[in-house]
Amino acid sequence: MNKRLINILVPLISIVLGLIIGAIVMAASGFNPIDGYAALWNGIFMDSYTLGETVRQITPYVFSGLAVAFAFRTGLFNIGVEGQLIMGWLAAAYVGQAFELPAIIHLPLALIAAAVAGALWAFIPGLLKAKLQVHEVIVTIMLNYTALHVANALIDVISGGGERTEKIHATASLRSEFFQSITDYSRLHWGFVLALIAVMVMWFILEKTTRGYELKAVGFNKHASQYAGMNVSKNIILAMVISGAFAGLGGAMEALGTFENMTKLHASTGIGFDGIAVALLGANQPFGVLLGAILFGSLKYGGLNMPSEAGVPTEIVSIVIALIIFFVASGYVIRLALERLSKRKEVK
Amino acid sequence: MSFLEVLYFIIPSAIFYAAPLIMTAIGGVFTERSGVVNIGLEGIMIVGAASSIIFNLTFADQFGDATPWIGLIVAMLFGILLSAILAVAAVSLRADQTVSGVALNMLGLAGAVFTVKMIYDKGQTDSITERFSRFDIPLLSDIPVIGKMFFVDVYATSILAVAVAIIAWFIITKTPFGLRLRAVGEHPMAADTMGVNVTKMRYMAVLISGALGGIGGAIYAQAIAGNFGASTISGQGFMAIAAMIFGKWHPIGALGAALFFGFAQALSVVGSSIPYIKDVPDVFLHILPYVLTILALAGFIGKANAPKASGVPYIKGKR
Repeated sequence: MNKRLINILVPLISIVLGLIIGAIVMAASGFNPIDGYAALWNGIFMDSYTLGETVRQITPYVFSGLAVAFAFRTGLFNIGVEGQLIMGWLAAAYVGQAFELPAIIHLPLALIAAAVAGALWAFIPGLLKAKLQVHEVIVTIMLNYTALHVANALIDVISGGGERTEKIHATASLRSEFFQSITDYSRLHWGFVLALIAVMVMWFILEKTTRGYELKAVGFNKHASQYAGMNVSKNIILAMVISGAFAGLGGAMEALGTFENMTKLHASTGIGFDGIAVALLGANQPFGVLLGAILFGSLKYGGLNMPSEAGVPTEIVSIVIALIIFFVASGYVIRLALERLSKRKEVK
Repeated sequence: MSFLEVLYFIIPSAIFYAAPLIMTAIGGVFTERSGVVNIGLEGIMIVGAASSIIFNLTFADQFGDATPWIGLIVAMLFGILLSAILAVAAVSLRADQTVSGVALNMLGLAGAVFTVKMIYDKGQTDSITERFSRFDIPLLSDIPVIGKMFFVDVYATSILAVAVAIIAWFIITKTPFGLRLRAVGEHPMAADTMGVNVTKMRYMAVLISGALGGIGGAIYAQAIAGNFGASTISGQGFMAIAAMIFGKWHPIGALGAALFFGFAQALSVVGSSIPYIKDVPDVFLHILPYVLTILALAGFIGKANAPKASGVPYIKGKR
């Protein structure tokens, strides 16, 4: 068995194992796992409306997955995607409702605002890591909670004491009547095209540019990179900022497409944390992230159908996702088993 | 309210909020000293909180006053169970420790909310009736000024937390077990060569952290929150990890840092009833614990303090 095949098999086997244990958990809690997974399947594929909503759900997952993966590839662990996404969401929602501009300027402006907001929020841990060697994991986690409270306070200010910002102007919206007409009025919007472009952009930056090469080199070995004349702190900060920009754009998908405003959040959106799972399953490769986002976005949206159709709490989906991460992270064992298996075949 | 009255008010609540952090931070000291990073402490605290609350609600009639204490033990067992997953993944299966810790957090939260929904058909439990009670420590509480600050209306859990920190200090610095633990975290190959079982030491350290994290969550739930929902534990586990780092991986340092973060948390909750502070917009009080954590990490720690092998799986025969 060659290495490439094993690299593909490990995530696939992890997914299957995750689903099997999910089924065991359901059975142990007194549910019928087949009903549960049927409800999940229907929640993803039932009709054109659910399909449209599933794609809609996948879109921000692509961005959060790219954000985590980009940081991973450059040797950083950005758990702060959640907070950066919230800041991006708020910035896009604000620009969308505060200005009146022609669509050709308004929409890009709102997207840029989101990217900048996410990038700035990620700049803080990047700077602390580069200049003071503070580990980015704790800082980004703390910034997630900070973002939540700050965003809620700002929504308060923007809306004059209300619970949500005003609806964005049509000129900043990503929604399209065409998509609504073919998906039975789902909230499917143009964002998925932007997500595909973002996948290409990340691939291009990392694989085809000198800057991308430097970013990866610093992630691999700081000291060697410095010896080779690269500016280590600049590259660490830049990696964090680009990662944060992806996360901010993920927030823009919610602001300009899904909700067209921002409501005060009582807890994290979860999109940022699931981004870690997406990136890991996709082996931190841009196209892998796309596949990971399709899987986890579908599971998350389909899972919402489980309580009503099968009575299973929707948290089972998060349990399955967490298990899949465990299995992918422990890929060493699966790899070992596969190698043993293939060797035995060769002997025969 | 005079300055002294403010102190009488804020110091007991700081200690009150610090107790769960102290417990969990000490757990963090154990695993990190053995070379395993446990980001999953947040998830462990969540499971500890949920299991203690469920136990408390179910058995309050039978056990009466003892219920919260037995709840602590239940939470400890569930904490150990959850941390065992991390131990297997990170020690035996060589998984990335941070990634599996993050997965543990997801699993802990989803599992706890799933169970609560299964049992109560809603995402949030009712409030418990049997909470930890407060008492005055005899003699000590009669000392002027200090007595009223530290020894009046004390929770037994706070005393337990401080005791655990001191015991942990003794175990880690004064016993053969502690020496081996530190050796495994600094240079596992050298320890292995000297006949220390690296895998076993790391397993024990992770399980100890699970036990203490579970207890920490249970203290938070049964003394502070009083019920369990998805947002009952919001970052306390991470704060405990920060306290451990801030305390330079030393039990007494972690104790001090946890008290500091407890103070920040207390201020964000009771600040609205203290003169001057109540004029500050809420949002600043809400973000205070998190921002202080970041500032503490940025401002006060040197670089070379982490146990050397922390975060690195030990693979026999690999140089």
